[in-house]
Amino acid sequence: MNVLLPASLEEACDLLAEHRAVPVAGGTDLLVEWPQQLDAHRRTYLDLSALEAELRPHRLSDEALVLGALTTYWDVLQDPAVRRAFPLLACAARQVGAIQIQARGTWAGNVANASPAADGVPVLMAYDAVLELASRDGVELVPLASFYRGYKDMRRRPEQLIRSIRLPRRRYDLQWFEKVGSRRAQAITKVGAAVTRSAAGWRVVANSVAPTVCRCPSVERLLANETPIAGPADLLPALRRDVSPIDDLRSTAAYRERVLARVLYWGLRDACPWFR
Amino acid sequence: METMADRDDETRGLLDVTLTLNGETTSVAVDPAERLLDVLRYRLGLPGTKEGCGEGECGACTVYLDGLPVMSCLVPAYQVRGRRVETVESLTPAEVANLHASGATQCGACTPGVAMTARWVARHPELLEQHTVRQLMAGNLCRCTGYDGIVEGVEADLAAAAKTKARGARS
Repeated sequence: MNVLLPASLEEACDLLAEHRAVPVAGGTDLLVEWPQQLDAHRRTYLDLSALEAELRPHRLSDEALVLGALTTYWDVLQDPAVRRAFPLLACAARQVGAIQIQARGTWAGNVANASPAADGVPVLMAYDAVLELASRDGVELVPLASFYRGYKDMRRRPEQLIRSIRLPRRRYDLQWFEKVGSRRAQAITKVGAAVTRSAAGWRVVANSVAPTVCRCPSVERLLANETPIAGPADLLPALRRDVSPIDDLRSTAAYRERVLARVLYWGLRDACPWFR
Repeated sequence: METMADRDDETRGLLDVTLTLNGETTSVAVDPAERLLDVLRYRLGLPGTKEGCGEGECGACTVYLDGLPVMSCLVPAYQVRGRRVETVESLTPAEVANLHASGATQCGACTPGVAMTARWVARHPELLEQHTVRQLMAGNLCRCTGYDGIVEGVEADLAAAAKTKARGARS
């Protein structure tokens, strides 16, 4: 195993331009593979832990919340102003394992690991997060909603590093998050969803029901049009256009589809008078 | 001062790690692939930290890194350079007395990790404003006790700390 240890962001970008390296933040995803999988040992890693002063702080202004590449779930949970401005971030952070994972896991790492079951990503996407990708050639801004192209396939070039995640501040009249797992704590998501409504419109984001965490544009249109909904089954035609759940070791496609329709229906019913 | 040349040497072999371990400055050379858990147990003579699942689910390997509980099976050992690590060996018998008294331990496999998280909660009563004891202990799986004994032990610690504080405020 080869580990590169940059002392600054500039040096990190230089090293990423020269080596095909996997950036390491808190390591909570990467270390799961290290003991057994030989492939993990053949890789070169770019360690970011010396860059905390530069990359860990988050900033909340009147315009936006900017999470650093090394901002952890615990950092967000410990900041009352952020909890008030973006309550779904706190909801999601509480669901990403317990304190031992929250203390080490980073929002950017959750994005870059690109798991369809990522718990941090749906809420970021529901808040229209924009990723700032840094490289020696400059900075590229990519909306999180168009960052994933397929399973573990991202619009991040190997020489680019997620430097920050920017969430615009808006007035939301609805913010909702749900996670369904095998148990209340320390469980990987079987079905999850995050929903927001602001002047920018509805955002409905689902995880664990497609190759990537994804927006659900058909469901968003259904809600925007205030189409009468009599029960969870009425959401299914739109949901089926938006998601493609599969059977795997954690759940089945049929369960996921049915449960997603149910949690959305019961979660949104009180806020949507056109739901019966 | 670390130079680029030093770091190039390091990437070819072992990395020198100097940390504050249970209050004492400690140095050890580690392979980049080594986990903090293994370095503590097999190189630094601190076998109190246990491996349960080895993938960050069970919490048996919980240690403090810069004061926060972490799973030592998920921490690359080289990342603790210049940081503060505390293991279960740093706890005093008095600090785990309430856990023993409340039946928080049966087979003992989870106990070192439980004791570490429990002690962290007991030292930070302000956490209870945002979280319940059960939420804070959710990263430590125990297949014997059903958790009630663990929660009672933590609550007894919190009650004792509150009493001490009240006594201090009066005098």
